[in-house]
Amino acid sequence: MARKISMKLAINEAIDQEMSRDPTVIMMGEDIVGGAGGEGEKDAWGGVLGVTKGLYAKHGDRLLDTPLSESAYIGAAIGAAACGMRPIAELMFIDFMGVCFDQIFNQAAKFRYMFGGKAETPVVIRAMVGAGFRAAAQHSQMLTPLFTHIPGLKVVCPSTPYDTKGLLIQSIRDNDPVIFCEHKNLYGFEGDVPEKSYTVPFGEASVVRDGKDVSIVAYGLMVHRALEAAALLAKEGIEAEVIDLRTLSPLDIDTVLESVEKTGRLVCVDEASPRCNIATDISAQVAMQAFGALKAQIEMVTPPHVPVPFSPALEDLYIPGGPQIADAARRTMKKGKT
Amino acid sequence: MAGPITPIVMPKWGLSMKEGTVNAWLVEEGATIEVGMPILDVETDKLASNVEAADAGLLRRRIAQPGEVLPVKALLGVMAPTGVSEEEIDAYVAAYVVPAASEGEEEEGSVFQTVTVDGIGVRYARRGLEAGTPVLFIHGFGGDLDNWLFNIDAVAEHSPVIVFDLPGHGQSDVKLPGTTLEALAVFVVHFLDAINVKQAHLVGHSLGGAIAAQLAGDAPDRVASVTLISPAGFGAEINTAYTGGFVEARSRRELKPVLELLFADPALVSRQMIDGMLKYKRMDGVEPLLAELGAALFKDGRQTARTVDALAASGKPVLVLWGRDDHVIPSAHAANAPEGATVKILEGTGHMAMLEKAHEVNAAIGAHVGG
Repeated sequence: MARKISMKLAINEAIDQEMSRDPTVIMMGEDIVGGAGGEGEKDAWGGVLGVTKGLYAKHGDRLLDTPLSESAYIGAAIGAAACGMRPIAELMFIDFMGVCFDQIFNQAAKFRYMFGGKAETPVVIRAMVGAGFRAAAQHSQMLTPLFTHIPGLKVVCPSTPYDTKGLLIQSIRDNDPVIFCEHKNLYGFEGDVPEKSYTVPFGEASVVRDGKDVSIVAYGLMVHRALEAAALLAKEGIEAEVIDLRTLSPLDIDTVLESVEKTGRLVCVDEASPRCNIATDISAQVAMQAFGALKAQIEMVTPPHVPVPFSPALEDLYIPGGPQIADAARRTMKKGKT
Repeated sequence: MAGPITPIVMPKWGLSMKEGTVNAWLVEEGATIEVGMPILDVETDKLASNVEAADAGLLRRRIAQPGEVLPVKALLGVMAPTGVSEEEIDAYVAAYVVPAASEGEEEEGSVFQTVTVDGIGVRYARRGLEAGTPVLFIHGFGGDLDNWLFNIDAVAEHSPVIVFDLPGHGQSDVKLPGTTLEALAVFVVHFLDAINVKQAHLVGHSLGGAIAAQLAGDAPDRVASVTLISPAGFGAEINTAYTGGFVEARSRRELKPVLELLFADPALVSRQMIDGMLKYKRMDGVEPLLAELGAALFKDGRQTARTVDALAASGKPVLVLWGRDDHVIPSAHAANAPEGATVKILEGTGHMAMLEKAHEVNAAIGAHVGG
């Protein structure tokens, strides 16, 4: 039966159910068993924000606290995946991925191709993404475009607890490396989640609001900002369709194209830095494949091209908000063909 | 002069609806409203649909604005004859209070209950009066108790109502008691035992109709009357584009044309309906279970079981309702109804008469069960 739980609990439940179902599912990461400043396994805090709390008590030594060396344990997880396990590696903040790029980009992503399809790497690397946590430039980035760029990786960034559980279960069962991006400011966000196990497939965007006037495409936290914008626009008689991409690789461009063919207007929202990001990718694909359907210029709403500021006032300005997205939609409504 | 003022309120569609979003008004102020006329477009997390007028009158005031999210029973508009002044309407609107949820409706948790029947957890809910013979609704293949969302409250006005999810369906456990109509009918009898119901009026749709007919034949003492809506078991033909397509569809894009087969007007298939079906189908074990059940009951596009004879032998009052434009099970099968049955063919209606023609279906059920 469905009940309301937080995204954080949805992650915990997905891992718990998959560990119970499949003995090859293991987990490793920093403090995922013990916790910062605690007695380790005894108080079993469950990671820096308590996402894995309670899993050690149930699944014991299938959860491994690792040394503070991302390059070592991400490499170990990828190696274990290549040898038949289904590891989930938790890499606290996606910002720390830099030290293990070789393992991810040049090893995990390439194995299937370089071994002629004979090797599979069913690893999930979970990491927190996004700004708004007052954690400054090195703990706040939305690095989804970096991973989306690499063939051989799958990239997931959910916006609701329901999708989080289903997409994480799908990620664990998937036979390719998956970068699972969790927006830290959505951990407390609650929604209906069935108790039973279920999957949400990769490459299927979700239409979260129907509209006929303008299509707003977003993922992660930005889906909620887009919905705020749609509510503002509705008061002015503008009906915005909001599309949650859910997975960035594979990408469901067809749902975006179908929507733009209906509305003729497109606003792409991305919390990642503005150059070479998901918004630019969607814009380019729509301009190429549905140019004839467009009634106005494509608009993009992103942060400025600067590191995430530490000043709370500046950080709040940095993150795209509902009013900004609504403004972009209004610009597409004013200009262009009718 | 509050008497002639008639409120238009947010309807309650199904057991879990708490609020709805007003999408649009379909009528202007000053319009004359007739009962059953579509007056507003409202959306919930389960569906988007027209609000049909429950009363007739002159629409004087549109209160709800497009985009507003309002609770069930909130005031959407006001009808009153021309003799009522604007001031009186202002006073009525100002004084209107959304009625509190009636007893047992406060928490969704208290609406739905779970009972274990033959080792299978079954989700069910009871509505309406305590006394009297209850009406038991049995949904079809791949359906769930929300198929009855436009019928539950209307029937509950005159009779106790029980709705449940068949095993392997909705939010009941993903297990089957067997893949034959006999096994499913026995399961429903055991369900009635488990919730202490001795006898019920059965209302079954599609596969649920076949189960109801089977049950009436096998355990007539448990059945007061039978109402069948587009039932299986009346003939051989069944559209495998639906039964097979429903099992095989993996994505929104694949499922939409399949669900459109259910309705005379394919526009009734909403995004919420497709998403809800996909959520069900994506639960672990559901797809193989549906494949197993479908293969047993609708092998090679033919219905394997026939229930008409059992139904005739039961001697129970039978009402058969069928949409003329049913694309899943042909309405021609209605001709095979047992002698003495009341048969109504609904024009401009597909396989889901209880959703497409809720008013007529509710009235027919009411007349049939003596409500």
